[in-house]
Amino acid sequence: MTQAGSAPKVCASTREALAGVVHDGMSVMSGGFGLCGIPDGLIEALRDSGVRDLTVISNNAGVDGHGLGLLLLTHQIRKMVSSYVGQNREFERQYLAGEVEIEFNPQGTLAERIRAGGAGIYGFYTRTGAGTVVAEGKETRVVGGETYVLETGLVADLALVKAWKGDTEGNLVYRKTARNFNPVMATAARVTVAEVEQLVEVGEIEPDRVHTPGIFVQRIVQSSRGDKPIEHRTVRKRSDALVT
Amino acid sequence: MPWSREQMAQRAARELRSGYYVNLGIGIPTLIANYIPTDMKVVLQSENGMLGMGPFPYEGEEDADLINAGKQTITELPISSYFSSADSFAMIRGGHVNLAVLGGMEVSERGDLANWMVPGKMIKGMGGAMDLVAGVKRVIVVMEHVGRGGAPKFKARCELPLTGANVVDLLITDLAVFSRADREAAFELIELAPDVTEAQVRSHCSAQFRSPAAGLPVAGVAPDPAGPW
Repeated sequence: MTQAGSAPKVCASTREALAGVVHDGMSVMSGGFGLCGIPDGLIEALRDSGVRDLTVISNNAGVDGHGLGLLLLTHQIRKMVSSYVGQNREFERQYLAGEVEIEFNPQGTLAERIRAGGAGIYGFYTRTGAGTVVAEGKETRVVGGETYVLETGLVADLALVKAWKGDTEGNLVYRKTARNFNPVMATAARVTVAEVEQLVEVGEIEPDRVHTPGIFVQRIVQSSRGDKPIEHRTVRKRSDALVT
Repeated sequence: MPWSREQMAQRAARELRSGYYVNLGIGIPTLIANYIPTDMKVVLQSENGMLGMGPFPYEGEEDADLINAGKQTITELPISSYFSSADSFAMIRGGHVNLAVLGGMEVSERGDLANWMVPGKMIKGMGGAMDLVAGVKRVIVVMEHVGRGGAPKFKARCELPLTGANVVDLLITDLAVFSRADREAAFELIELAPDVTEAQVRSHCSAQFRSPAAGLPVAGVAPDPAGPW
């Protein structure tokens, strides 16, 4: 029986989890949607590693002082590949000042580019973005009267993902909408590091319940973060049957 | 008298049909969830990875792992399911979602939509909007008839960068509703807000649209604020 901590994939700290796999100018995928399902601890460790000129592939750019917002404050990001970067004043300031680049990808195209990259598929044709600036400079093809745009698969040097539960083999289970981009990103990097809320022994996750099989995960670390931030806390009163 | 945001949402809710899978955008479209008739089965899709979106949680029951595409805390229902972003957009791009309702900055008379950026000013990004308009069978846009300063938003051509070309099927503004039979057809005025005239609607937009077909009443149907729901 393998003990947690003795398996080769298990790292003792987020710092150890990034040791030897980060370098200036590298590309990093970072899971999450808004602040939901983001690898906070690994992002902090990436900041503390001091690497610079990063190309970060992530649906959002964090918010001021949270998530990838931390790496913006320290100017470690050269370029973002994202679908939406609102709610981040520092990003806006840096972009308008020419300090950071942005490549906007439609959200579904971004997800599919990562899925394709991880699956060894060069590219795919999609209707998304046809007739818009997204299609500029890209090959297009008309099939059955519809215009399709060629989008290419994306891979990265490193993927940082967040899961709810993971075992020492790297099998991962996500929770609710914190799943989002994490499973596809786990497949699409040379090295994938998973930060998990609960690190368990093999056998504690039912094989039928595994979302990301361990083959996609090279390193796994117990999250040191107890808190999970909420971007917009919306609630209803007990007497209120409506959504808003 | 222009329709309020709630009345626009109520009007859009009349386009829902039982059995529909629907994606509601941020802003006025989100309000539509409040006007789904209780006897109608509509499943709300949230592109961050959930089908069967429930209402906001009771105070103290918020879950950081359970949010909608607007990053608001929500709840699950017995019918709910969760999935990855790739699966979510397979639903959207693959034509499995029946209806998408989005906000707009500009709509053109040819059904083009612009709602994601203002060059040099606003750099937020398109999120899932481009995938939604490209993949969902029926697309409704809900927006104010004119922008700040009275600038028309329903135009001959969009000046802002497009979200999608020829993608809008129904346009609901605070003054009127415009519909078209298919993506080849021109928009036709089908409803007016109370005490609003066709001439007023025309003078506040640069788009060409057809007058109501003969015999069709344009009665200024105000959705009942109390509503049947």
